[in-house]
Amino acid sequence: MAKGKRDIVDILKAMDRRVIFLLIALSVIIPLVFHLVFSVRTSPIVQAIFDKMESLPPGSKVLVSFDYGPSTAPENQPMAEAIARHALQRDLKLYFMAVWATGPPQTELLIADVINADFPKKAYGKDWINLGFKAGNQGLINAILLDLKSMYTTDVHGAPINSFEMMKDVQNLTDMALIVCIGSGFPGVREWVQFAGDPGDIPVAGGVTAVEAPLLYPYYPRQLLGLLGGLQGAAEYEAALVKAYPQFKGRANSEQAVQLMGPQTVAHLVIIAFVIVGNVAFFAERRRLARAKKA
Amino acid sequence: MTPCSRKFCCRPRDSKLSLVLLSIFFALAFLLVQPVLTLNAETLPTTGSSEPESIQATSQSAQSTLESIQAAPPAPPTNVRAFDTPSDQGGMMTINWTKSTDDVPATGKVMGYVIYRSEAPGGPFEPISSVALQTEEYLDTSVRDNVPYYYRVGAAAQGQVVGLSEIVGPAVSKQQWFNTRKSNLLAIALIIAIAILWFVYQARAGKKLYIRRIAGIEAVEEAVGRATEMGKPILFIPGIQDMDNVQTVAGLSILASVGKLAAQYETKLDVPVSRSLVMSTARETLKQAYLSVGRPDLYTDDSVYYVTDEQFGYVAAVDGIMVRERPATCFYMGAFFAESLILAETGNSIGAIQIAGTAMPTQLPFFVAACDYTLIGEELFAASAYLSKDERMIGSLKGQDVGKGIAMFFILLGTLLATIGAVSGSDTIVVISDWLKNLFTLNF
Amino acid sequence: MKVQVPLVITFIVGFALIAAIFVPHDPFHAMDQNFSIYFDLIAVFAFILGGGNLLKIHGNKIWKRGRDWKYSIVTVVGFLMMMIVGTFKLGGPPGLTGDVAADGSWFKFMYDSIFVPLQSTMFSLLAFFVASASYRAFRAKTKEATILLIAAFIILIGRTPLGHYLTAWLPQPLQFLHIPNLSNWILSFPSMAGQRAIMIGIALGIISTSLKLILGIERSYLGGEGK
Repeated sequence: MAKGKRDIVDILKAMDRRVIFLLIALSVIIPLVFHLVFSVRTSPIVQAIFDKMESLPPGSKVLVSFDYGPSTAPENQPMAEAIARHALQRDLKLYFMAVWATGPPQTELLIADVINADFPKKAYGKDWINLGFKAGNQGLINAILLDLKSMYTTDVHGAPINSFEMMKDVQNLTDMALIVCIGSGFPGVREWVQFAGDPGDIPVAGGVTAVEAPLLYPYYPRQLLGLLGGLQGAAEYEAALVKAYPQFKGRANSEQAVQLMGPQTVAHLVIIAFVIVGNVAFFAERRRLARAKKA
Repeated sequence: MTPCSRKFCCRPRDSKLSLVLLSIFFALAFLLVQPVLTLNAETLPTTGSSEPESIQATSQSAQSTLESIQAAPPAPPTNVRAFDTPSDQGGMMTINWTKSTDDVPATGKVMGYVIYRSEAPGGPFEPISSVALQTEEYLDTSVRDNVPYYYRVGAAAQGQVVGLSEIVGPAVSKQQWFNTRKSNLLAIALIIAIAILWFVYQARAGKKLYIRRIAGIEAVEEAVGRATEMGKPILFIPGIQDMDNVQTVAGLSILASVGKLAAQYETKLDVPVSRSLVMSTARETLKQAYLSVGRPDLYTDDSVYYVTDEQFGYVAAVDGIMVRERPATCFYMGAFFAESLILAETGNSIGAIQIAGTAMPTQLPFFVAACDYTLIGEELFAASAYLSKDERMIGSLKGQDVGKGIAMFFILLGTLLATIGAVSGSDTIVVISDWLKNLFTLNF
Repeated sequence: MKVQVPLVITFIVGFALIAAIFVPHDPFHAMDQNFSIYFDLIAVFAFILGGGNLLKIHGNKIWKRGRDWKYSIVTVVGFLMMMIVGTFKLGGPPGLTGDVAADGSWFKFMYDSIFVPLQSTMFSLLAFFVASASYRAFRAKTKEATILLIAAFIILIGRTPLGHYLTAWLPQPLQFLHIPNLSNWILSFPSMAGQRAIMIGIALGIISTSLKLILGIERSYLGGEGK
């Protein structure tokens, strides 16, 4: 190549990372601003959880464990809210707890966004209860499998546990019809399967970040009823919920993940484009070097 | 170090090895005889009446209702057994039975089963729980150890009418000394442990053991040398987990080797840590490493410093250190989570040579994509053996290979059996395949 | 002595905890849980060391006007503020006996307004770094790298609704080529097989390392040579 003359290959090779960052930022912002929304179809692994919830008779007990923090809330929070919305719509009893210390603020967020917003008539202590966080990781799960009230003597507000109507016939985890763990690390879905689902023969469903999901596929379908993997999983569940209960359609907080699939799709396409461009530059340079060698 | 010339060296340090081998022998012996020792399921011949009876009503109206349908209570469950739950920590009794002949969901005659318990054969029997129809087992977790209990099971119909079984007992709950459900786990653990110890022994006896080269480990010295030449510091991150994580311990073992090199080359070593206990341990490790090469003067406590326990606060701080201090070499050795790519990309942006090692399968792809060398999974644990060149630690690597060999053999065998069973439909193959699957199933 | 005593403790506790997995009888059955609690207690006390070290390092920098000492002020002020506000439960009901994260408390305000956005911001960096790492690392240099590249494309598209739209028209016999199905197949089979193999190796490595630690063969964490 003549000195001083830069072709497209050199430009691509020398491209500043910040150009990539800028394009990624735009690929997320523009679809959000222009409300680019794709319709989402539910995969079997997500449909399994939906079908299980649909099959539970009203009054069945569902435990939801908030095992994540604010960092993964964009992926995990829509999952938790969709599950809670579905459960309350079907008059199932919800038991909230957390094995992560950062779980309770996410529970509070869900209470505000789902229960107070869409189900104000649901009574605390009768239709839903917040047990809060307890330290102990898998040891906690092990303990409450046999005796929940020995660990949770009060609810999150300090009220005696037996003063709540919906706790009277709950002795341990085996009284739950379904356990849903929304998690993003350790302890998480795997610990719930190993220490509650398997030994107690209790159906367990999970919702995890996209990066964790592949690690949990071996547990599906025998030990894990179903799995919400990343934002896609959350969007699929929301899509199933809106299809079955059209009254949720059009509400901003009941289709959060579906709305975020637009930016995710565009961002993935931009990354693919970058990879293709990078490979084009790579092969072009290789050919150029080969030609220079021949010459 | 001279190899031991006698078959069994009687030096004090070896008594530990002998103790271990002896313990393993006794464990194996115990494993073989334990079914005799722990068998204490007790079901004595039944006592009490053989006629079904209704529960005494507490009010006149209930009494009259009961009397009116007393003529047709459901058939009681049969073959009731009550025994101490095996392989438990006590306080649990298992009661099982054959369901009532009237327990047909379509008829709705039986609504469920009620379990009654008493501490005396003549009663009074109190109901302790109820289970759904079609159920044939109940676990009583409210018993006291060494106290005899008597049980009856009743098939419950509408109107509190119960077809009661015969009384069974006494059953006594006790703590067991061995959880037989974990026998397979113990056997596998012992086989692998013995293999590791055997090869450690072989290595100490002077046998040369071949292990393959690992590029990442061989690059450690080159990486430290690069930092020395450039006059820039080395950054070492021992993961973001605490000392109870084996990966952190493995990371600190590598820190010891890197510390020795840094001391020899007089290169600054920076170790920001995420846990206070790791800080204390890393300081001790590094101090000894510097001392062992005769350069204690170069060591300062400030080389190892605590940042924060919070994951993203830590990575923000380390990123800042990287961008400001611009280390020439970055080591990431330990347990990482989502911050792995942030660290690796920042290191890449400053032009540092990066060697990573982690046993977190979800983070390995990020390190492989962004770092120059990556120690994948077990290579992290092997690194300390490589770097220290201690024969015993190298011997332990060979022992791991035995474990891998066993895993590969059974994976192939199981896959073959399952495939042949599915294709041929042969019942025998399917039975063998299921048996093999159960052999490796963990029951807790 | 300095090395021997910890080694003996490690040996005894190590074997006791291994026994606890197999022996349900007292005192073993609750041992692992109790020891986890003991570890947590020690780790909590170790916070004092860590916090003290943080204040010492940054305090020194501020005192000596070291490099970037102004950022150290931010660190120290942030640390002390959260600690005081959380310890004394300022602003929330009813003072020291109340919940540290009660509505209206300063701790909750700082958590929601500072900690949560900062944590989310750092996590969001991953989106950008994934793109830059992919651009740099995904090169079809070899056959294996090309296969990896194609798999990455399939999964990237398969994890979005676009994957369904692109191949929804495929007839039933070719449904296995439907991108979401291919994506799930890659995640469930080849990817999972690789991950499982790595996990088996990791498990064996952990057994080996743990055995070496318990038996005192591996001592570098104590600062001693393995002899």
